[in-house]
Amino acid sequence: MKVFVCIKQVPDTEAKLKILPDQSGVDGAGIKWVMNPYDEFAVEEAIKFREANAGAQVLVLTLGPKPRAAEVLRTALAMGADEGLLINAPENLDNFSTARALAEVIKQEGGAHLIFTGKVAIDDNSSSVSQMLAEFLSLPHATVVSKFSKGTDGFVVERDVEGGAKELIQLSGASVVAANKGLNMPRYASLPGIMKAKKKTLKEIEFSSLGVSSAEQKIKFTTLTLPPEKPPAKLIPGDSSAQVSTLVQLLRDEAKVL
Amino acid sequence: MGKILVYVEQHHDQIKRSSQELLQAAQKSGHTVAALFLGTHGKLAAAQAASYGAQEVHVLADASLDQYNSENYLAALAQACEKIQPFILLASASSSGKDVFPRLAARLKTGVASDCIELTIQGDSVSAKKPLYSGKCFASVNFENSPVKIILMRANQLPVSAPDTSKTATIQEHVFNKPTLKTILKEIVRGASEKLDLTEANIIVSGGRGLKEAANFKLLENLAEALGATVGASRAVVDAGWVSHGMQVGQTGKTVAPTLYIAVGISGAIQHLAGMSGSKVIVAINSDANAPIFQKATYGIVGDLFDIVPKLTEEFKKVLHK
Ligand SMILES: Cc1cc2nc3c(=O)[nH]c(=O)nc-3n(C[C@H](O)[C@H](O)[C@H](O)COP(=O)(O)OP(=O)(O)OC[C@H]3O[C@@H](n4cnc5c(N)ncnc54)[C@H](O)[C@@H]3O)c2cc1C
Ligand SMILES: Nc1ncnc2c1ncn2[C@@H]1O[C@H](COP(=O)(O)O)[C@@H](O)[C@H]1O
Repeated sequence: MKVFVCIKQVPDTEAKLKILPDQSGVDGAGIKWVMNPYDEFAVEEAIKFREANAGAQVLVLTLGPKPRAAEVLRTALAMGADEGLLINAPENLDNFSTARALAEVIKQEGGAHLIFTGKVAIDDNSSSVSQMLAEFLSLPHATVVSKFSKGTDGFVVERDVEGGAKELIQLSGASVVAANKGLNMPRYASLPGIMKAKKKTLKEIEFSSLGVSSAEQKIKFTTLTLPPEKPPAKLIPGDSSAQVSTLVQLLRDEAKVL
Repeated sequence: MGKILVYVEQHHDQIKRSSQELLQAAQKSGHTVAALFLGTHGKLAAAQAASYGAQEVHVLADASLDQYNSENYLAALAQACEKIQPFILLASASSSGKDVFPRLAARLKTGVASDCIELTIQGDSVSAKKPLYSGKCFASVNFENSPVKIILMRANQLPVSAPDTSKTATIQEHVFNKPTLKTILKEIVRGASEKLDLTEANIIVSGGRGLKEAANFKLLENLAEALGATVGASRAVVDAGWVSHGMQVGQTGKTVAPTLYIAVGISGAIQHLAGMSGSKVIVAINSDANAPIFQKATYGIVGDLFDIVPKLTEEFKKVLHK
């Protein structure tokens, strides 16, 4: 049974971003890169699945520029994934082309029994690649999943929706599952894990070999800007009773939000 | 002149505010506005769509669409696009919207921009603005090679003016050709809250570790009650098990953009700010004058929340209910 996990390398959440002079993206120099936080849940769930199902194999797949994108695969291999696949691709491919390329590689590898992704990549904030991938592979999907188990002919998941409600969904056959926080606690890579990872297979594939045409690039980010500087907070003076009445008055008369 | 299709969401036979925003934004563009309703309840809310700017109302009034199912909705939306032939498709970045529209984009071989906060339609060109890197920067999204430009907007980003009930629209019903399903919704487990979801709420009161223990969230519930607000939380208190995970605001929780966000006993870690810095007005209540939350706040009270919050609740009650 082949279990694929799609993982993306993203700037560390604490990283300070510099926008490129042409405003087409952020300057990657000097940024610390990490695994997209939701993809950690995806990797963990795949490893747990393999531990519970003899014969399952976990393949981690990323699309990104070499050599930096290989690091995120090494991290996943150190956590316990079996094999890594790197699609060497230019920066700034959109969600459509990315999903097309991931789908193409999964087909070339003989298809999947189960695919995990994160619910969103925190850099492009697109929440699209999993559903698009599922469409290109004609598989059912579920996103924002916080509970996962194997069913008789497929999988059973819980999906988080508005108001704290959960949808209990049954997926039949091979499926794409996008992980939310709450699904599990991702393990850390242990030292022996890191040593073992060095010997695991890491295959490289060129994006240009996958037949994804330039017409499959559908959206483009331009004019990146930093958020406008906020004036400092108005600190409200006085004792607590005075503070409270001033605040309510400001909210009503100045900010006009009541 | 092309057609803009707005996928309309409703709640208790009322068009949701997020969809009202989209209908009115579409109307301002000067293009023909078509509203799409899925499910048998659609017909009731359909009449309202005209008053928000729809000239055409399309309904797939099939009972299998009364509840969200990704495969049924995908098929219904694809069939509707085929018939209506819009060049722009607008929908809310709700949990069902975010689930199905990217897949629709893949099926229609077109582009999708999700989680947008601004929308510009000028003649035949359209672009949207969205936050990237957890709100640390913003970008314009431009479409290429996209026959239908699909844009998912966050709620509460666009103005809504009073509906014009003198307007009318043509109503067309379409047959829904059901697909075979591999995805089955077994059950919906209701959440604890019947309140508006955090992502749709206009006012949010959020609590952090400063509340000291789970039971003290009662203070915030009272405050929220007085304001008609929804209660949120920082990750620290979600991880501590004080409140449910659905209440978490931030990078690994929900991204919210209410008109008013009141942060109580929350320090303002960058991952928390990522989820709420788009709020219009931010109030911070914290005993530490150096807490980073004050750098993002519009108004700040440095003080003890256990003293401030009950008084604030009373003050809101006094001002709002007289
Ligand atoms: C990958 C990653 C993802 C994360 N995602 C999120 C996320 O989605 N959301 C999120 O919130 N966090 C997230 N975090 C955690 C984040 O870094 C902080 O740890 C967390 O937000 C802190 O929560 P807090 O503000 O409630 O607690 P603290 O930082 O402990 O702050 C408590 C505050 O309460 C104040 N206080 C104490 N007593 C009183 C009193 N009596 N009256 C008034 N004020 C008082 C204190 O001065 C302090 O500022 C993430 C972290 C990582 C690494
Ligand atoms: N470049 C990529 N390589 C591998 N997986 C990706 C890539 N981009 C997105 N994904 C997967 O798709 C999920 C959703 O990403 P997105 O649609 O970009 O928000 C991520 O959590 C990953 O699991």
